[in-house]
Amino acid sequence: MTLPASPMPAGFSDPVFEGQAAFRALMDAMVRPGLVVTAGAALAPPAGLMPAAAAAILAICDFETPLWLSPALQGGAAGPYLRFHAGAPLVTDPASAAFAVLDGRHEAFRLTDFAQGDASYPDRSTTVLVQVASLTAGKQIVVAGPGIAGIAELRIEDLPDDFGAQWQANRAAFPLGVDLIFVSGNQLVALPRSARLVGEAA
Amino acid sequence: MNASPYNFAYLDEQTKRMIRRAILKAIAIPGYQVPFASREMPMPYGWGTGGVQVTAAILGPEDVLKVIDQGADDTTNAVSIRAFFAKTANVRVTTSTAEATVIQTRHRIPEMALTSRQVLVYQVPIPEPLRFLEPRETETRTMHALAEYGLMHVKLYEDIARYGHIATSYDYPVEVAGRYVMDPSPIPKFDNPKMDNCDALQLFGAGREKRIYAIPPHTRVVSLDFDDHPFERNKFDHPCALCGASESYLDEVVTDDKGGRMFVCSDTDFCEGRRAEGHRGHLLGDEPAAREAAE
Repeated sequence: MTLPASPMPAGFSDPVFEGQAAFRALMDAMVRPGLVVTAGAALAPPAGLMPAAAAAILAICDFETPLWLSPALQGGAAGPYLRFHAGAPLVTDPASAAFAVLDGRHEAFRLTDFAQGDASYPDRSTTVLVQVASLTAGKQIVVAGPGIAGIAELRIEDLPDDFGAQWQANRAAFPLGVDLIFVSGNQLVALPRSARLVGEAA
Repeated sequence: MNASPYNFAYLDEQTKRMIRRAILKAIAIPGYQVPFASREMPMPYGWGTGGVQVTAAILGPEDVLKVIDQGADDTTNAVSIRAFFAKTANVRVTTSTAEATVIQTRHRIPEMALTSRQVLVYQVPIPEPLRFLEPRETETRTMHALAEYGLMHVKLYEDIARYGHIATSYDYPVEVAGRYVMDPSPIPKFDNPKMDNCDALQLFGAGREKRIYAIPPHTRVVSLDFDDHPFERNKFDHPCALCGASESYLDEVVTDDKGGRMFVCSDTDFCEGRRAEGHRGHLLGDEPAAREAAE
């Protein structure tokens, strides 16, 4: 048996309270699309995985939630880290995953690759975490819908060019569709499937 | 060192994660009932096990918890659940609506407008609005999938045919965000308009029926009705006998065996607040100190 070259970074030092804090941040983000919240500031996940993404996964994933990591993350240390700390089984088919993490800085994505739920159980869909360079610069997206008084403006770096069309298709399938969580460093912002695109600008 | 024999807020962490995932789905699909693996709680079904599990899953050490039962903070159910969380989570509890961050409720929405920093958790006995019209879960699930809610309108129409008006006075069905018809739990229909465009997140937990659903803030919630029989909030003939409020939901209280009765606010915190501000209903007696001063 050989020891790993470098020790695995720690997960939550206090799973009960750090997990609760991360969940409440995530819930606040999901409840108010466009609201940027902070999560996982105390975490130092392995290279390739952002602290807020790690916090979200550790707070809500376990052996019951198949987790898909994008090709950019599959080969790195993120997989063993999440496998060890969350206990989530890693799957290779994005459509069979309850949660997915991908890196928008290096990868384009297609929302239709993921589980959409079915008409009787729209909750059986994938929640997709997208790591991006910034949540304060980049493409502007304007959404309306539940949780939003009037409209909400998001700025997200590294979005694919056809994101607007993809999101409109996702919204058109409501109540089916994926929920998105954009992560940058220790910040995150959510775009639940109920959010309706009302405008976008580069 | 935690001396409590319980995990924080009673539930184990895996159960909390499972409930938290259901809550996130419920928020993303307003009004849709998300199935969850409801646990046995140390209280019987029907006493709010669904609400308790939702509260336990979201509660943090910074939260201030208020529990009401039919509007009152001092009834058995409310006192027991408040004591449960004071013991297992060591959180601060309150009877003040304004002070609370998490409010668990059985069958009422507080009179005071809720704010964006609050979460309202409802205890739900039967989450399926179509259940008494169609007993088969397989069928009601398909009806929700197809947004086939004609049967509910037939039920409301039968009320009109029989009584001349929609006689449903509690558990009044609503349509959430233009898609799912939802059971608001047995709140009086007086409270239905408060769910529309509310600033606070509303979460619903049904323990026995194993369902969680949600209304995010600023979501359109419409009580079902007809163009010629629009939804009407019930009105009261009297103001509150203790605080004189004319815009609150009133409970009837029998005061003697000769037909005597009084109508008082169901929301005890609201009523006490008004009395503290000096509002007086016609049956409110004098404080002993005030009487002495008058003599």
